[in-house]
Amino acid sequence: MSAIPAINLRADLYTIADLIQPGEKVLDLGCGDGTLLRYLIDARQITGRGIELSEPDVLACVGKGLSVRQGNLDEGLRDYPDKSFDTVILSQTLPYLDDPAFLICEMLRVGRRAIVSFANWGHWRCRLGLLFTGRMPVAAALPQPWSDAPRARPLTVRDFADFCAREKIPIKREMYLRESYRPVRRAQLGKNLHAAVAIFELG
Amino acid sequence: MNTNHSVGIVERQYFTFAETTPMQLDSGETLSPITLAYETYGTLNAERSNAILICHALSGDAHAAGFSPDEKLGWWDDCIGPGKAFDTTKYFVICSNVLGGCQGSTGPGSPNPQTGKPYGLDFPVITVRDMVRAQQHLIDHLGIAKLLAVAGGSMGGMQVLQWTASYPERVRAALPLATTARHSPMLIAFSEVGRQAIYADPNWNQGNYYDGARPNTGLALARMIGHITYLSEESMHQKFGRRLEARERFGFDFETDFAIESYLHHKGSRFTERFDANTYLYVTKAMDYFDLANGHGNLMISFARCASIMYLVVSFTSDWLYPTYHSKEMVSALTGIGADVTYCNLQSTWGHDAFLLEVETMTRLISDFLDRVVAHHGINL
Repeated sequence: MSAIPAINLRADLYTIADLIQPGEKVLDLGCGDGTLLRYLIDARQITGRGIELSEPDVLACVGKGLSVRQGNLDEGLRDYPDKSFDTVILSQTLPYLDDPAFLICEMLRVGRRAIVSFANWGHWRCRLGLLFTGRMPVAAALPQPWSDAPRARPLTVRDFADFCAREKIPIKREMYLRESYRPVRRAQLGKNLHAAVAIFELG
Repeated sequence: MNTNHSVGIVERQYFTFAETTPMQLDSGETLSPITLAYETYGTLNAERSNAILICHALSGDAHAAGFSPDEKLGWWDDCIGPGKAFDTTKYFVICSNVLGGCQGSTGPGSPNPQTGKPYGLDFPVITVRDMVRAQQHLIDHLGIAKLLAVAGGSMGGMQVLQWTASYPERVRAALPLATTARHSPMLIAFSEVGRQAIYADPNWNQGNYYDGARPNTGLALARMIGHITYLSEESMHQKFGRRLEARERFGFDFETDFAIESYLHHKGSRFTERFDANTYLYVTKAMDYFDLANGHGNLMISFARCASIMYLVVSFTSDWLYPTYHSKEMVSALTGIGADVTYCNLQSTWGHDAFLLEVETMTRLISDFLDRVVAHHGINL
């Protein structure tokens, strides 16, 4: 891991940041308040662009000196020319997409590669939670009750790997973080059980 | 007159050009001479790199900020001044009355040098591109090679887009607000109803009224129609509801019953005190002709040379005159050419007027955006 600067960056975002080379052109989908993009500009001297739906977040991005477009990801990335970015990032937004296959294909059309991170409902705590409490599990990395808007569709690491195989989306690298955000180093089954967050590099 | 956070009292200035070489217009005609009325706020820095041109909308003028000598407040004073969105302690802000206007710039009410009488309908029909062409002469005159930014809402936004398409090498950043790259048929329809109201006024007299009674009834009616389109159903509910004006119950007559009626009458008659009916015809016609992609239908071609300009595009959710999709179209084209474009569709109930009324959000957005433009270009303010 690189030296952590004095800003409050979610730990999984550091893992993503470590995959970015200095000077890259990066598009961050669902960029929130722009924390990751700001960090990448300061620490990696990237050229960054963001897309974000929420108005307060868009204003926060502009306040951080970022170039951001307010928009809905389900409209796709049709305005962006092919391979106009080095990396397209989708961080913690996957469970909210109506058509993930469409968007990931778009990400790989627009970027040389895509980085997708998501909360893993395959974590042992989620599994045991449903078994013993009879309540829908809440992912540690996405602590949102089932009734909150926007509605998330839970998925597991295995679901996503199967999905990539089915959609013929090439996986370059997979990284798994525990609830403590330390990396998981185990066999495939162990990863799905122990990872709170998974990060896939695609392309 | 409270001059805190104000640029104070400002004098209107005048610049006359095209005296020997007439300016070529899109219509094929030429115009000579041309005077532009303008005001400036703040100080031009030594490098001449902090100038921002503000473009006004249909009924605006050069008096954008501060107080005129007769204590009238500028039309965008909320956003131009010390510590405001366009911070005059940092930037040199310029606003000029458009070509064809009636607040000091050459227009149909100006004397025709051939006859010595007002042009009337002998004034050539002008376009948004002609307005921008004239402004470019003013920017030359002020010794500014490159503007830090061009900004404006509504018709001002059209001029902003035209500036970047016509003179991309002279603009670092552009702020088209609540505007369109192409006047829609609905907008043309509203323009035409406004013009018909003026034609129908017997005082209009084919535009020859400058030495007699003015077509104020027609102009006021045109303005009333305009005002309806600048509001939204919701903002009318909020502002007026079904409230009665100066009466307790219905009058069962055809005097003014409702507050909204009274508001429109007031806006209409106030407008006739400061605006020329012929200018209304010329300027609405210029807006109707506005289509940045004219001739090829592809905005990306119009913006082909704009990739290095930083854009801030803003639309408003309740603006049904220039709905969000108009802004999205230009944002799409700008994204396609690889320009640095920030786009925000702000939640507002104020309709088209929101760009003037959502002061707090606009202040934050514009000042943050301009800070980034300054940092990106390493400008010494």
